[in-house]
Amino acid sequence: MRKYTPKENVQKQSYYKDRFRVPDRLPKDPVEGDEVFAKDVEALKAAFDLKEAYIQRGQLVVVVDAAKNLEVIKFFKEKLAYNQLSEMSAIDFIAKSGGFEIFYQLLSMSKRKRARVKCFIKEGENIESVSSVYSSANWAEREMYDMFGIRVNNHPMLKRILLPDDWVGHPLRKTYPLQGDEFASWYEVDKIYGKEARDIIGPELRDAAYVDRYDTTRFARLGKEVGYGEEYRESDRPIAYQEENRPPLIDKFDPSKTKLADRER
Amino acid sequence: MQQSNKLRPFFENITFDREDNRMVVNFGPNHPSAHGLLNLILELEGEQVAKAYPNIGFLHRGMEKMAENMIYNEFLPTTDRMDYIAATSNNYGFALAVEKLVGLEVPRRAKVIRTMLLELNRIISHLFFIATHALDIGAMSVFLYAFREREHAMDLIEGYCGARLTHSSIRIGGVPLDVTDEWLEGLKKYIDALDENIKTYEGLLDSNRIWRMRLENVGILPAEMAIDWGCSGIMLRGSGVKWDIRKEEPYELYGELDFDVPVAETNDSYGRYKCYMLEMRESAKIIDQCLKMYKDTDPKIMAEAPNYISAPKEQIMTQNYSLMQHFVLVTQGMRPPVGEVYVATESPKGELGYYIYSDGEPYPYRLKIRAPSFWHTGILQAWLPGVQLADVVTMIGSSNTVFGEVDR
Repeated sequence: MRKYTPKENVQKQSYYKDRFRVPDRLPKDPVEGDEVFAKDVEALKAAFDLKEAYIQRGQLVVVVDAAKNLEVIKFFKEKLAYNQLSEMSAIDFIAKSGGFEIFYQLLSMSKRKRARVKCFIKEGENIESVSSVYSSANWAEREMYDMFGIRVNNHPMLKRILLPDDWVGHPLRKTYPLQGDEFASWYEVDKIYGKEARDIIGPELRDAAYVDRYDTTRFARLGKEVGYGEEYRESDRPIAYQEENRPPLIDKFDPSKTKLADRER
Repeated sequence: MQQSNKLRPFFENITFDREDNRMVVNFGPNHPSAHGLLNLILELEGEQVAKAYPNIGFLHRGMEKMAENMIYNEFLPTTDRMDYIAATSNNYGFALAVEKLVGLEVPRRAKVIRTMLLELNRIISHLFFIATHALDIGAMSVFLYAFREREHAMDLIEGYCGARLTHSSIRIGGVPLDVTDEWLEGLKKYIDALDENIKTYEGLLDSNRIWRMRLENVGILPAEMAIDWGCSGIMLRGSGVKWDIRKEEPYELYGELDFDVPVAETNDSYGRYKCYMLEMRESAKIIDQCLKMYKDTDPKIMAEAPNYISAPKEQIMTQNYSLMQHFVLVTQGMRPPVGEVYVATESPKGELGYYIYSDGEPYPYRLKIRAPSFWHTGILQAWLPGVQLADVVTMIGSSNTVFGEVDR
């Protein structure tokens, strides 16, 4: 029987895990430490119920309910003078808690402060678009949909942005495989020649950049490749390209005679 | 999408059969002035753009996915391939984000070298901008002059790290190498000559009637629109918003350095072009100050943090414990604390931000790259409608997007 491997996170894992290691954590500073943020959070608390609010590495982090994301973002722009949405995306926590964390990175140019609004949605749930508040969310939400498959309600045009429209799967999910399907490489071989021919034909080469190391050994010397298991012997075929009865393509190159424009260096 | 059938003729990139006399044209992805692989689908009413739909993703390599499966040091050379015109600024943004996550203090000499490299990169990137932008508009000779200076700047970069395009000249926690006196002399010579060279380009362009006609009052970008669509860098400063992250949220040495932030009030392509010219001079000024700073710094160039950064080579070769640490850091990778950071730096194109969510493992759990060009391409759909088809080339050129960065 094959060894069971969990499928909800197929990303690369460290080969060594210390069972007793307790990782450090970035401190979550209280918002009272910063005057501007303290005021912002006070105003926010009066209007919404915040799940969490703290400062991490100099930036305000506010965790809110996902259903309220549009209202909170609007409040940030209109009441708290955060005039730019610099970034928004999601993090896949399906393996850990069955959903995605969505973050909005905001910038206030007048206060010179950055804040991050975070909310959590379950897998399959939709999120409200904020592109009516910040136009820059238009493409960011499309990218999030493309990469995570999170559907955004009331988005002007929710389409894939980086990948082709007919792409299957959402690559930034932790379930997305890192390598191609091993069965796919046998599919055509089985279909055309039958399973018996597998040993003779071998798997289909699906990687265009693949170099078969059994083709040759010592293939680095152009035109002097050595077949696998063969001994090297000097070939009688000339490697250089030269037309007959024509002047040589490259004259003898003498590096000592070259001139470097070192006037400006 | 147009379906090919027997009744209607199928043309690969043009649809003629609209009833409302509009024509749909595919601008790119292999258009020489699309600055890479931008497929801009334009709906034209005569010569005027009625609708624009930028279609991206032709250079998508999944860098964020790659980052999730690499240790932090392993990912650094990959960042070169985003904004390949100014590779060091990408390396730097990533290194700074990791340093902030881990809480590293970089030695002063490393900071000076980094600032010099960053500003030299800014000059390279701006020279590239002015060369290609002028080429798009039709001024061929500027391209030749600007590329000559760019070549010399790349020689300097090559003299430092050995590479001309994909530098990887910055490490997490410092820089890999110290600079030599000859290199500093070369740099000094280069920036001294730069002002004169910029005057040459300006002499070729500023009083050129065609250049001015094609740039002035073309591509007007109001400040509110620029902010709303997430623009940064010169796209913002060209619209009269004085926002430079080096000045507003000083990182590295920028807090101590004396430089100006050029701003254009005209909101048009010509104003942005002027900003680029002035910024190159400011970069030369910054490098000049760094050259003076370099002399009184200690020779240390890497931070000392045994849990995250390998010890210097001599120490690894002589001390057993340092060797063990080095082995663990290379094979397993550093394990930063659990938490998240978003660090924004002012790259030549605009705000380059790295968001890292770390769960304490050697692989970042999530790495989001906020590349300025992505947002400067996103704005095209709102910015282009209403302009003439010939101005589209100017506007794409003046937004200075690099598609390695848009698609990542």
